[in-house]
Amino acid sequence: MDPRYSARVADDPVHPPAARSDHSPWNLLLLVPILIPLLTFLYDGVEPRLFGFPRFYWLQLAFIGLGIVCTAVVYRLTKRKRGVPVATARDTRGARP
Amino acid sequence: MTEINWTELIILAGLFLIVAGLGFVAANWRRPATMHHLDEWGLGGRSFGGWVTWFLIGGDLYTAYTFVAVPALLFATGAVGFFAVPYTVMTYPIAFLALIRLWSVSHRHGFVTPADFVRARFGSPTLALLIAITGIVATMPYIALQLIGIEAVLKAIGLTGDSFVAKHLPLIIAFGILAAYTYQSGLRAPALIAFVKDTLIYIVIIVAVLWLPHALGGWGAIFDAANEKFTAAKRGSLLLPAGSHLQYITLALGSALALFLYPHSVTGVLASKNRDIIKRNMAALPAYSLLLGLIALLGFMAIAAKGQGVAPIVTDGKPDGNTVIPVLFDRMFPSWFAGIAYGAIGIGALVPAAIMSIAAANLFTRNIYVEYLNKDSTHAQQAQVSKVVSLVVKFGALLVILFIDPQFSIDLQLIGGVIILQTLPAVAIGLFTRWFHRSGLIAGWVVGMAGGLGMLYTIPNPVTKREHFGGSAFALSKLGLDTKLTIYTGFIAVALNLIVAVIATLIARAAKVPDGPDATAPSDYYADEGDPKIA
Repeated sequence: MDPRYSARVADDPVHPPAARSDHSPWNLLLLVPILIPLLTFLYDGVEPRLFGFPRFYWLQLAFIGLGIVCTAVVYRLTKRKRGVPVATARDTRGARP
Repeated sequence: MTEINWTELIILAGLFLIVAGLGFVAANWRRPATMHHLDEWGLGGRSFGGWVTWFLIGGDLYTAYTFVAVPALLFATGAVGFFAVPYTVMTYPIAFLALIRLWSVSHRHGFVTPADFVRARFGSPTLALLIAITGIVATMPYIALQLIGIEAVLKAIGLTGDSFVAKHLPLIIAFGILAAYTYQSGLRAPALIAFVKDTLIYIVIIVAVLWLPHALGGWGAIFDAANEKFTAAKRGSLLLPAGSHLQYITLALGSALALFLYPHSVTGVLASKNRDIIKRNMAALPAYSLLLGLIALLGFMAIAAKGQGVAPIVTDGKPDGNTVIPVLFDRMFPSWFAGIAYGAIGIGALVPAAIMSIAAANLFTRNIYVEYLNKDSTHAQQAQVSKVVSLVVKFGALLVILFIDPQFSIDLQLIGGVIILQTLPAVAIGLFTRWFHRSGLIAGWVVGMAGGLGMLYTIPNPVTKREHFGGSAFALSKLGLDTKLTIYTGFIAVALNLIVAVIATLIARAAKVPDGPDATAPSDYYADEGDPKIA
């Protein structure tokens, strides 16, 4: 077997260190871009138009922006404070350019 | 027979040759110590950073077929085709928390496919086999559809040769070369080519959405032209027709749930280096959704450009709706730019076709070959089997397109979305809870699958005069409800699946039916880059 894939198994401390969790109240923000597009009454109409686009089209395109903002906020705010030690990460991958 | 547009053809062929070169060179990109390991051939060494992942998953999910078929749908039916936008808005926040858990547990245990995870989580080879077969069956027609994207472009160029060989030779050559470099370079090939593909697509679409409204009298005029056409034809509409709202949102939500259950999506996700890259990409990938939204509106531009001679190409007496966007570029732009646009679509077909064939091959290797045929296989053997199967898969897709009515692939892809949703309880919910009993999941899968296929079979299509598999909108009146509402078939099927899975799990627990062991630990779902792997 390729040693790169088994090298670290010997010092396996059974489970990854430190109590970790993905739980965060900020995750609830993810519900916003999931639920809003389900509300067809918000966008199923022509007026008001924007740059010639009926509401149906511009508003749903705007939801993309809403999705980006919500996911980006959750990403920034739930980023792990103590990341993986860089040296360890490099070790497992071996030399790479 | 139409004249061949040589400028377009030469530019398309030139772009194609460049990416073919890239595809072969890719084997040496971030060169691994060995290519004889499925992690290297099938997952690019699980080492892709933020940008590569963005291009790879973007190139993987937003396929040539999407770019051709979505605007064709708007061209023909209007608002209902725009479901692709809410669909791709919802999919990333839905997948966000699930994918990081899938990445972590796969990192710890060396999983390559979603069925690998199910095998370990529920300790059931049977359930894993069902998941693997579902994945393969759902992916195969998707690969074939990429060929339809290329064919639409070839038709617009005028390559519609009279004999069977002349007609299909370009497609055969293109797929042959694709098969060769995927065999050699594995996932590195589409990852590298995706850079070219997406750069081309972004350039082409930005130019198109800036120039075309200008040439066609502005966005207002474009939407007005579409509205007039729909009103005159009494088919299609600028807004959602009465009774279709539930269908619209359930189709969007169902598709959003299904997207990351597809094995090729999982392949793209597992190839990334760490959790952070996946999270970041969930926020960055919607850039492609904006692109898709704008591409969708090309369908309306094609309607507005009717005066410039834009209409679907008619072959054998049937208008081919998928050709309308290539024709739009042909009529509205100089040949050299249309050639670049065709290159973008053509290459756009190659990237997902490569990733899908790799994903299907990995499923076969890990969940059929290793599980049932050669339990003690080495990593080198697994990589070799996957390489060969990827060839078989592509060859199969080519045969399907050449010898069977393309409608067959379109039907299968429609079915594909419904059946891949049936893996939701085991794969997606399984990432969060081990509550389900393996026999409950199997029972749910069987019922959901049968129900979904049964409902699709009963759906007629009045436009194409077909009695079965005419669409995915199931009339609720068939369930005895007094309503004109329709709903996405996959949605009911997966609801049935879940209900049966819950009931069967309760029964199995009460009857003390032995459950499979769970090989994963709770902390596995939080592991990150640098954390130790379990051999």
